Amino acid sequence: MTGSTLLRRIAPQLLTLAAVIVLVSIYYPAFYQIVYVNDRLVGIPIDVIKRGAPVALLAIGMTLVIATRGIDLSVGAVMAICGASAAWSIDQGYGIGAALGIAGAAGLVCGLWNGVLVAFFGIQPIVATLILMVAGRGVAQLITGGTILTFDSDTFAFLGSGTMIGVPVPTVIWILTGIGFGLLVRRTALGLLVESIGVNLRASTLAGINSRVLLIAVYMGSGFCAALAGVIATADIRGADANNAGLWLELDAILAVVIGGNSLLGGRFSILASLLGAMIIQTINTGILLAGFPSEFNLVIKAVLVIVILVLQSPRFMPYLELLASRFKRSSVTRLEAGE
Amino acid sequence: MNIRALPLYATIAIFLLAYLICYMQFPAMLSTRVIGNLLTDNAYLGIVAVGMTVVIISGGIDLSVGSVIAFSGVFIAVLLRETGMHPLAAFALLLAITTLFGAAMGGMIHLLAMPPFIVTLAGMFLARGAGYMLTIDSVPIDHAFYETMQRAYYLMPGKGRLTLLGVTMLASVILGMILLHRTKFGTNVYAIGGGEATARLMGVAVGRTTVLIYAFSGFMAGLAGIVFSVYTSAGYPLATVGVELNAIAAVVIGGTLLTGGSGYMFGTLIGVLTMGLIQTYIVFDGTLSSWWTKIVIGALLLMFILLQKGLLRLRISH
Repeated sequence: MTGSTLLRRIAPQLLTLAAVIVLVSIYYPAFYQIVYVNDRLVGIPIDVIKRGAPVALLAIGMTLVIATRGIDLSVGAVMAICGASAAWSIDQGYGIGAALGIAGAAGLVCGLWNGVLVAFFGIQPIVATLILMVAGRGVAQLITGGTILTFDSDTFAFLGSGTMIGVPVPTVIWILTGIGFGLLVRRTALGLLVESIGVNLRASTLAGINSRVLLIAVYMGSGFCAALAGVIATADIRGADANNAGLWLELDAILAVVIGGNSLLGGRFSILASLLGAMIIQTINTGILLAGFPSEFNLVIKAVLVIVILVLQSPRFMPYLELLASRFKRSSVTRLEAGE
Repeated sequence: MNIRALPLYATIAIFLLAYLICYMQFPAMLSTRVIGNLLTDNAYLGIVAVGMTVVIISGGIDLSVGSVIAFSGVFIAVLLRETGMHPLAAFALLLAITTLFGAAMGGMIHLLAMPPFIVTLAGMFLARGAGYMLTIDSVPIDHAFYETMQRAYYLMPGKGRLTLLGVTMLASVILGMILLHRTKFGTNVYAIGGGEATARLMGVAVGRTTVLIYAFSGFMAGLAGIVFSVYTSAGYPLATVGVELNAIAAVVIGGTLLTGGSGYMFGTLIGVLTMGLIQTYIVFDGTLSSWWTKIVIGALLLMFILLQKGLLRLRISH
């Protein structure tokens, strides 16, 4: 993608993000302030890009899954499983490397399970991943033994609350993961192949794409992103909570992808736009708190904003907008010609 | 033999088999008391699953129902606390609201051509948020009429209680069966689930039917909310989180295809009872941890989906 087409693709998301930020700063003028204290950047925007890390990470994997015309409902439960495995490993006295390895492996295995169900058994993705969504939290509770598994490891906690050159580590992780996945799919043909599977699985297979392997790889990618998100969530609170880690985050991640302008029917995708979607959601979440509304209003405000954004982006509504825009343009042109 | 009904037969067979295993281990399981409790405890889930079945057969999904149940409980509790309204009037008002809410979601799905998943997801946030706005506390319901409803039961032989709640669920299932299998609306639902474009070409009023489908689901969620409020005697905005998932799981275990176009209302009842049975077994056993419920339900889901997949291949090869 050249610079201008990329900009055109993400323009709606950038505009929405800007609008949301302006809206928040009306209620909370100190929104933009960032200061540097104790070797770390402090400020609301920094808080947004830190707290948005889990949804941003999930949105990266979810974008690819949705591009194949799939959906991954299990990511929240996978976060709980991976967080629990990491906490369990540290609790057992393994090093941080082993703990991360085990968490990552758990995420990949979960993704493999989903991928095999979708690619080999031909099960609809929403159903295939529903199984792990329901059973996954049970598995996570099995690992933690039904309690909140706490641990004492400053190196591990660094992943959730530490900083690198002033920037929170979770932020560094999601940005690097985004760049990594972006390079992987856009500097190779993989992205194109993923899109072609999403447009027409059968035709892609007939054209010689090994769609089964690619599908499984995509779900494993999603599982890996969920593992990273799970590790961050666990490190942040220094404990694995099988019941609440990543609870309903799959819905926020799907929302981020949809707000990012990616079609749930698969095909063309943009990871960058999904990440912007994740930041829009987090700005809304943080903004509602900052604006000082009673917390009872949070969900309603979020729902209304989401509905507005979705209606504006919906395929039926867009043509009206364009029609309106072209009429406006034409009328201004005629006015110009009339010498007004 | 009707190959389309095979998943239904399989569901019934597995339920009976599971009950037999439970019975052999705990003979007390086969008492009318346990059966009565099974119906009462799962009444709200069964009612909401009836609406979900219709939605899923039409190829859609309704994620908002759990939040709508919580909202209903809070709405009724707050209304009864603040005004001297009779519960029946509150019920009527509530059902009107939830039905309209469902219809609005159906309208958005049709008019804006947006996926049901996303629209009902926004509906889920909205209904839960509306509940929070009414109150963030658990509001007890203290009304003579509620006590009458809770005490209303028919004593079955063996001292089991067939409660009003259990009867409401069974009546909802029968209503759903008539609606789905015996009316034009039901046929339209199957047609849309089979393929929207085809249905439109056959002359099905797709828009109107879509609105009605989600309105029906909203109505059932409201009814389930009423039943849940009678069951718990309270309204709490944090209640019934994730019930939509249980309802979807019950529908799938009941042999309905999540792709739409195929399934039976009766299967959903068996699906709900199967899930209730697992919980009853865990209570009877006493040593198993509650998370095994989730794992077993996940395993059951997998089994049924693979079974349906196999049957589908069988049907195609015939």
